[in-house]
Amino acid sequence: MNVKLWFLVHKWTSIICTAFLLLLCITGLPLIFSEEIEHELGDQVTAPPMPEDTPHTSLDRVAEAARAQRPGEHIRFMFWDNDHHPNQVLVLMAESMDAPPDANSGVVVDSRTALVLDEPKLDEGLMYILFKLHVDLFAGLPGMLFLGFMGLLFAVAVISGVVLYTPFMRKLDFGTVRKHRSTRLKWLDLHNLLGVVTLVWALVVGVTGTINTLSQIVVAIWQQDQMAEMTAAYQDLPPPQQIGSVQRAREAALAAVPDMNLSLIAWPGSQFSSPHHYTVFLHGNTPVTSRLLQPALVDAVTGELTDTREMPWYVKTLFLSQPLHFGDYGGMPLKIIWALLDIITIIVLGSGLYLWLGRGSTVSRPVDEIESGGLAEGNIT
Amino acid sequence: MNNTVGSSSQRRSLWQIFRTPFWVGVLSAVGLVSALLGDGWMDAVSWIGLAIPVVLCARYTWGRTDS
Repeated sequence: MNVKLWFLVHKWTSIICTAFLLLLCITGLPLIFSEEIEHELGDQVTAPPMPEDTPHTSLDRVAEAARAQRPGEHIRFMFWDNDHHPNQVLVLMAESMDAPPDANSGVVVDSRTALVLDEPKLDEGLMYILFKLHVDLFAGLPGMLFLGFMGLLFAVAVISGVVLYTPFMRKLDFGTVRKHRSTRLKWLDLHNLLGVVTLVWALVVGVTGTINTLSQIVVAIWQQDQMAEMTAAYQDLPPPQQIGSVQRAREAALAAVPDMNLSLIAWPGSQFSSPHHYTVFLHGNTPVTSRLLQPALVDAVTGELTDTREMPWYVKTLFLSQPLHFGDYGGMPLKIIWALLDIITIIVLGSGLYLWLGRGSTVSRPVDEIESGGLAEGNIT
Repeated sequence: MNNTVGSSSQRRSLWQIFRTPFWVGVLSAVGLVSALLGDGWMDAVSWIGLAIPVVLCARYTWGRTDS
């Protein structure tokens, strides 16, 4: 393909995705630090200090405490996060088991005393608004998939931009920024420079973001595939009338996969489980294995382990896409670098927009500009 | 690292154009993966690898004038 065609690809993919990418980059910036911001705002409780070796109470008591706090609601999930919220269980409840995935209320319970610590508001506050804008534009799955498509267009824009970098730089040294010829030339140089050095990061964050938008679809495929295989023997049975102890399910799962830690338990009939099982998700201890959850299915009536398997490749891909998109896997320095790269991407997007708005009405001028390294007629003022 | 490529009128080869971006990309990729695979010094490798594009942006945006 020649320069003109690549230019048109770059131009049109950029025109379509730039406004949304700017939104994603701007809302994403505070989201990098959401943990710290929520901590600062005092939105998160901490469990009161008790001696280090205080044993954890039975999960059945934790479940009772949550039900007493919100009578009539059903528990769908219990979450643990030992790094950020030690000695706490976040219990997610809903009006019914098949309420929409985000129609949850939360109860935070002390995992040692089974005392209720907090009822966090899950769907209000500035961070929630930023999060929703970033994830689905308040439009649910269609909004999510739309943003995923914008991420793909962004990837095409980045790649076509690299192709155009070649003719542009034919006669220029790397890092050339001509600041004093014209404003347009300065921004053209900066757009090329900042774009090409942040290329790999931008592509990885863009593509992993797109993969993350497929999460609900990935979970649905996993349900049909591995989950269906593991629960095949239960397929024709009616859902149980009475379910048994969640504490027994926890013990059975940890006995079956001894070197892993609790991440979450999905209740029978919830999105990540079957009607007949508690699904206990466990995680390992290294940066990678802590992201790769492994499900252990425990019969909700008998408390016996049904099966535990590693996740299939497509779920693992989703799990590993999360840290690579969030930048939350290398401490505060990595988060700061993530934020700086995000800001540079905003500058690349903004300068691209500026170059397009000031382009004149023809295609030939920008193409000449690219082929001549920015020295086409009209640039030198 | 890149100012030695001759006068500004000379056509550069693909490798001359992409030599620096290529190595920046390799270091970024190493940086992206390193902290995923381990803690401690592997986090530090990530910080260095991904700080390089940021440093280059700052250096060429503010550090030099027209050649």
